[in-house]
Amino acid sequence: MTVSAEPAQDITAHPKGLKFRRFKDASFVLWGVIATFVGLGSLAALVGQLVHDGGHRLTLDFLMSFPSSDPAEAGIISAWVGSILVILTTAFIAIPVGVLAGIYLEEYAPKNIVTSAIEIAVNNLAGVPSIIFGLLAVGLFVQAFALGQTILTAGLTLALLILPVVIVTTREAVRSVPQEMRQAALAVGATRWQATQHHVLPYALPGVVTGVIIGISRAIGETAPLILIGGLTFVAFLPITRPGDSKFEVIGAVDEYGAPVTPEASESVRIAQDGVVVLPDYSEMPVRAGQVVDLPHGSTVQSVADWGDAVASWSPTSWLGSEFTVMPIQMFNWTSRPQAEFLEIAAAAGIVLLAITLLLNGMAIWLRYRLRKSIKW
Amino acid sequence: MNLNFLAKAAAVSAAVLAMTSGSAFAQATAQPFTIQIDGSSTVFPLSEAVAEGFQRQTQGRVRVTVGESGTGGGFRKFCRGEIHISGASRPIRTSEMATCAAAGIQYVEIPVAFDGLTVVVNPSNPIRSMTVAELRRIWEPAAQGRVTNYRQVNPSFPDMAMQLYGAGSASGTFDYFTEAVNGTARASRTDYTPTEDDNVTVQGVANNAGGLGYFGLAYYEENRSRLCGLAIDNGNGPVEPSVANVTNGTYAPLSRPIFIYVNAAALRRPQVAQFVQHYVNNAGASAARVGYVPLPAAAYATYLQRAQRRQVGTAFGGRQAIGITIEQLIARRLVMTPTSSD
Repeated sequence: MTVSAEPAQDITAHPKGLKFRRFKDASFVLWGVIATFVGLGSLAALVGQLVHDGGHRLTLDFLMSFPSSDPAEAGIISAWVGSILVILTTAFIAIPVGVLAGIYLEEYAPKNIVTSAIEIAVNNLAGVPSIIFGLLAVGLFVQAFALGQTILTAGLTLALLILPVVIVTTREAVRSVPQEMRQAALAVGATRWQATQHHVLPYALPGVVTGVIIGISRAIGETAPLILIGGLTFVAFLPITRPGDSKFEVIGAVDEYGAPVTPEASESVRIAQDGVVVLPDYSEMPVRAGQVVDLPHGSTVQSVADWGDAVASWSPTSWLGSEFTVMPIQMFNWTSRPQAEFLEIAAAAGIVLLAITLLLNGMAIWLRYRLRKSIKW
Repeated sequence: MNLNFLAKAAAVSAAVLAMTSGSAFAQATAQPFTIQIDGSSTVFPLSEAVAEGFQRQTQGRVRVTVGESGTGGGFRKFCRGEIHISGASRPIRTSEMATCAAAGIQYVEIPVAFDGLTVVVNPSNPIRSMTVAELRRIWEPAAQGRVTNYRQVNPSFPDMAMQLYGAGSASGTFDYFTEAVNGTARASRTDYTPTEDDNVTVQGVANNAGGLGYFGLAYYEENRSRLCGLAIDNGNGPVEPSVANVTNGTYAPLSRPIFIYVNAAALRRPQVAQFVQHYVNNAGASAARVGYVPLPAAAYATYLQRAQRRQVGTAFGGRQAIGITIEQLIARRLVMTPTSSD
């Protein structure tokens, strides 16, 4: 073996064009930094603007009050509770369905024309404008399934919206697990599910969690599809509170249709059974069967028993069937009001929405960190 | 952290989901009674204020929700029987009357306040009043791309380029303004900045010397320092946009009543009856607070009676009435079928 006869190169000599290459290297760093700060800078400007406009309105009262026509009294409790309940429902539906579909498509589905069609469809769905999902939800969930304009409908709609994201990222995460892991498991006699459960999934999980974070973060800021399915603007009760345990039931004076009498003028009425007369100023006057009372103009006669229709059937999960509002809808309303004070509380609500998003993302990042730590290749 | 934890979490969530969805279906008919209001975003602040007061006075035993899917969107839901009350910034249309009739839905029409549409310009603009004819010269479809300078509208106006802002075509405000100014509902030039958010118009006119736009009186009242509201001359001399002039009927043709439509069947429920009564009794005070103009007390008394007697139908026969006074409106006959346009 002889050494080749090439002349020894002076590696310390500057080759031609080195200066230019170094310049390119340095300018790449510069452009990279600029690009990063465009994103960070606009986020900082946005947050700064929100804090400047609405920071002083961000009080505990604001968080714990219902919306009001008086901007000084208005709060966002129904909005943030609604947002959190809708997002929880979305996550409960989208995560299992999306992850299962992703795993099936990647690990089990035969590679044929049907699978390819599904893949293309899923990838395209990820780019469909959210209002289209709202239109679908109105026809399918609200009308065909008669689920009404409820938290369940909203959760299902947003779940559909983020499913493609969850499916696509699950697939990518599963695909990134080296083929050798599966082959080793299968070689020692594991079934495909055992290989997936014990070897593929644990290593794919951090990636799956990332997909879920992206999906949930998108869902929490959605307004258009929720307005379309009937997300409300003024909701002054919490879906999770127990409704008042009394019921309007007219027992005294009724007209020929069975409707309550609201006397045109003061009228004497004989009360049919124990109940309560609601006077025009909404004060109540208990009455007993057989009693004859003079009802002032505008009174109604009701049973004392109960007002809400659904006392007995209240359950810990009845909130799913409740009407709702969410943070973006509340903000949207306030930004279009004439009074400048509403713009301030809209900014304050924006800060809270950002904080909720950050909190959810933080939780997911922490979970991903713990999962990553447990990976030992 | 391992897969067992996640498997357990998944199992628990699946169980919770199964339980919740099962009970949610059972709950569909068993919710506490909620009075559902939707419709015009113009009427929204008023309905919100009234609903708030009602819930306070009934100590939350009756729930009221208010949405804002627009006058047209509200009537669609109303005529499907999905809501009890629909807010409207214009009277019900012929087509909507037909839809409601087909679904067997009858309604009680209640005007709840006046809104004065205000035409605003930048304070640096010397123009202080316009005739309806001049407004038409600016906004008619034929002006598209042609009328771009104030001098083209009236030779005494300044030589200044116009920048136009107006309502988006989905709003009742657009319907009313186009009919009042151009004579035909929804006929308008389209080369202007349309928006559903009137604060965009406020910003646009406040920041452009040649800006001109229109919106509800409330937005003008809140932005008097930055905008100048034009007096409107309907043949009897210029009339300033103000609460007093809307109340006494002289601010014509740009003042209009806003309405609620109540499902007549729902009105048999004591909760709804009581709410509507509360609405009519408090509309005046709330209207003033949120920037609208209250009707005269006598009108509210008439409409309270109309609600209590459940007198169904509309006083408009499916057509807009421009510049109508409240007395004329009360005197009109209520109909459930469209009046033939003659």
